[in-house]
Amino acid sequence: MTASAPTLPRPRSRRLARRALPYLLSLPALLVCIGILVPFFTAVWYSLERYNLAMPMMRSFVGPAQYLDLLTDPDFWQTVKVSFIYAAATVGIELLLGLGIALLLREQSRLNNVVSVVLLLPLMTAPAIASLMWKLMTNPNFGVLSWLVSLLGVHDFRWASDPRTAMFTVVLVDVWVYTPFMMILLLAGLRSLPRQPFEAAALDGVPAHFVFFRITLPMLSPYIITATLFRLLDSIQQFDIVYAMTQGGPGDALMLFQVRAYLDFFQYTNVGTSAALMVILWAITYLLSNLFIKQWLKLRERTHHA
Amino acid sequence: MDGKTRDIARRLIRGEIGRREALKAFAALGVTLGAAEIALNAAATEALAADFDWKKHKGTKLKLLLNKHPYADAMIADLDNFKALTGMEVSYDIFPEDVYFDKVTAALSARSAEYDVFMTGAYQTWQYGPAGWLVDFNDYLKDPSRTAPTYGWEDILPNLRASTAWSGVPGAPLGGPGAHQWAIPWGFELNNITYNRVIFDKLKLSPPRNMNELLEVAAKITRDAGGPYGIGVRGSRSWATIHPGFLSAYSNYGQRDFRIEGGKLKAAMNTPESKQFHKLWVEMIQQSGPKNWATYTWYQVGTDLGAGASGMIYDADILGYFMNGGDNREHGHLAYAAFAANPAAKGPTSNVWIWSLAMSNFSRNKDAGWFFIQWASGTDHLLFGARKRDMVNPVRQSIWNDAEFQERIKNGYPGYLEQYQATAPDAKIYFTPQPLFFNLTTEWAATLQRMVAREVGVDEGLDQLAESVNRQLRQAGIG
Repeated sequence: MTASAPTLPRPRSRRLARRALPYLLSLPALLVCIGILVPFFTAVWYSLERYNLAMPMMRSFVGPAQYLDLLTDPDFWQTVKVSFIYAAATVGIELLLGLGIALLLREQSRLNNVVSVVLLLPLMTAPAIASLMWKLMTNPNFGVLSWLVSLLGVHDFRWASDPRTAMFTVVLVDVWVYTPFMMILLLAGLRSLPRQPFEAAALDGVPAHFVFFRITLPMLSPYIITATLFRLLDSIQQFDIVYAMTQGGPGDALMLFQVRAYLDFFQYTNVGTSAALMVILWAITYLLSNLFIKQWLKLRERTHHA
Repeated sequence: MDGKTRDIARRLIRGEIGRREALKAFAALGVTLGAAEIALNAAATEALAADFDWKKHKGTKLKLLLNKHPYADAMIADLDNFKALTGMEVSYDIFPEDVYFDKVTAALSARSAEYDVFMTGAYQTWQYGPAGWLVDFNDYLKDPSRTAPTYGWEDILPNLRASTAWSGVPGAPLGGPGAHQWAIPWGFELNNITYNRVIFDKLKLSPPRNMNELLEVAAKITRDAGGPYGIGVRGSRSWATIHPGFLSAYSNYGQRDFRIEGGKLKAAMNTPESKQFHKLWVEMIQQSGPKNWATYTWYQVGTDLGAGASGMIYDADILGYFMNGGDNREHGHLAYAAFAANPAAKGPTSNVWIWSLAMSNFSRNKDAGWFFIQWASGTDHLLFGARKRDMVNPVRQSIWNDAEFQERIKNGYPGYLEQYQATAPDAKIYFTPQPLFFNLTTEWAATLQRMVAREVGVDEGLDQLAESVNRQLRQAGIG
């Protein structure tokens, strides 16, 4: 029998393959990253240009002038103000309601499971469709909600068509659509908490409010922060509900960031201003995310040390 | 279809016999109305093809971008005739108006060659034209190898031809020297009063003739009609709130949106006369408008009238036309009246909306696209639309003169022809063409909303508006 020597791979090519492997593995992520970064940097570039599609001759690089124009424009500060009010109001109310409902549905039972599924239905409605539904329900002439408030003695309530009640109306629609999102995340959190601390507290006869504030709430905090972060980022970028209900009006009462940027681009073909608004909105969401993630990390660290 | 039927149809198209005579001949041959119509369409197609090589682009595929509208419906219903005439293939995408112009802006700004021809309004061409997205039709119209001798450009109403042509110089007159023909008029809207005759008869009212009467009549309806409010006008935060009744009435007082000083535009919305007019308009809405006026687009204005929720509207005449038919509760109860807001004016000054056809500069089938536009805005198709479908208002004088069309309108739409005849002479676009049209006019609508909601007084609101408009004009280098 003749034994032939085994063919060994050349050491140089093996070394190369080993060195290239991490790059090859991260290539898909890199491609996705490029797909995100190219439009992002294009938008940043546009925001530094005076660029209106209807006036191509006027296109020029203006550096930070566009941002300075925005920062000295009272309409921009109105946008900042209403965007923050909208985000704070919707997230605050949704958090309280979502938490309340999650606490009510905490115990696993057939009824609670059915109710939690039913309560998810608004979340499955497209926000623009929900807005049209609410537009009909709040119609002062034939809307069912207008009729209901008239039974309470409130006549001539103009909902989204009055600047004094427009914010209330769109917040109401947002709460109807997105409270189930908060509820389902917090419910999942509540049901995954360890039972021992609650059983020990029950054995010791600890009052319910003490259990809630000292045990439930701290243990649920990571879930609360995550749900709030998701909703806050979504809410500060709100578009569909407000645009479908009022197009940002009456006046400038609901001229949120996205509504303004959308109008600037699609109706006014003002690419530069629209891009600058989007970059500012990106900066705000970036700061908010960082703030929340830091808070979340701190909480996690505290839990590990406890 | 036998030879005799075809022969009668051909003779009718050539004008050798009249309509009555042709109908009698068809009846004698036992030809049904439907078959006669097919024979007539085929004969019209043949007649068109006789003078011009319509088959030049046979086999070319065209793609259209359309807004959901009765004009588009009429065109689609007649599209087979275009295909038979030219041998071209035509496909289309059709979108509701809420998203239609976003789709157009997206396609054009991306320099997409997907669509060859699309529907547009004249105001939109003030953005699309200077951006270099549109074909200028002047060269096509003058070229006999590309335009059929029977096209009849001059038959299209002169104010509409002018209103769809602009040089691109901010403030320069529409249709003036150096104007590019960015679009071809297809159908248009005047602004008038459409009123519910049942409510008016019950309250013994006559249609208002000017702004003071409008306020009085609207207030009386709101007070005494037992439910319906007095006057429907648009109020959403959009340029579309300004262009119909509002600007028509505003122009009737001799007011303009801008004045030109040293070649630069300056806001003219805060003159004492303008403030006076705004006060009347705001008072009218507060007193007799819909409660949720600030969310009202043409759709709500129209459907309220059709449902009997309002006594009258001051909006597009064709909106009143459509509400007088179909499944609307008030169909058959509506009537029409011309309206000159200023009691001292010699007649109405209606600001027009013109649905037009335009061609993308990025189309790879421009000559073929022009064939389509010629056909769609030509006499035969528009006559078909006006007689058999709801293609009102036709843009051609010859169609307004057509006896069958006139008869149809007279029978179903009392006062419609009269309001048209009274309004048409001075109907045109009263806005000053400039590239910031949409932002500045939307801001005007937003200011109007604040005034109606009593957030700001009329004088103060208009001064603030003028200041903001002037600042934006300066920033854009045109003010």
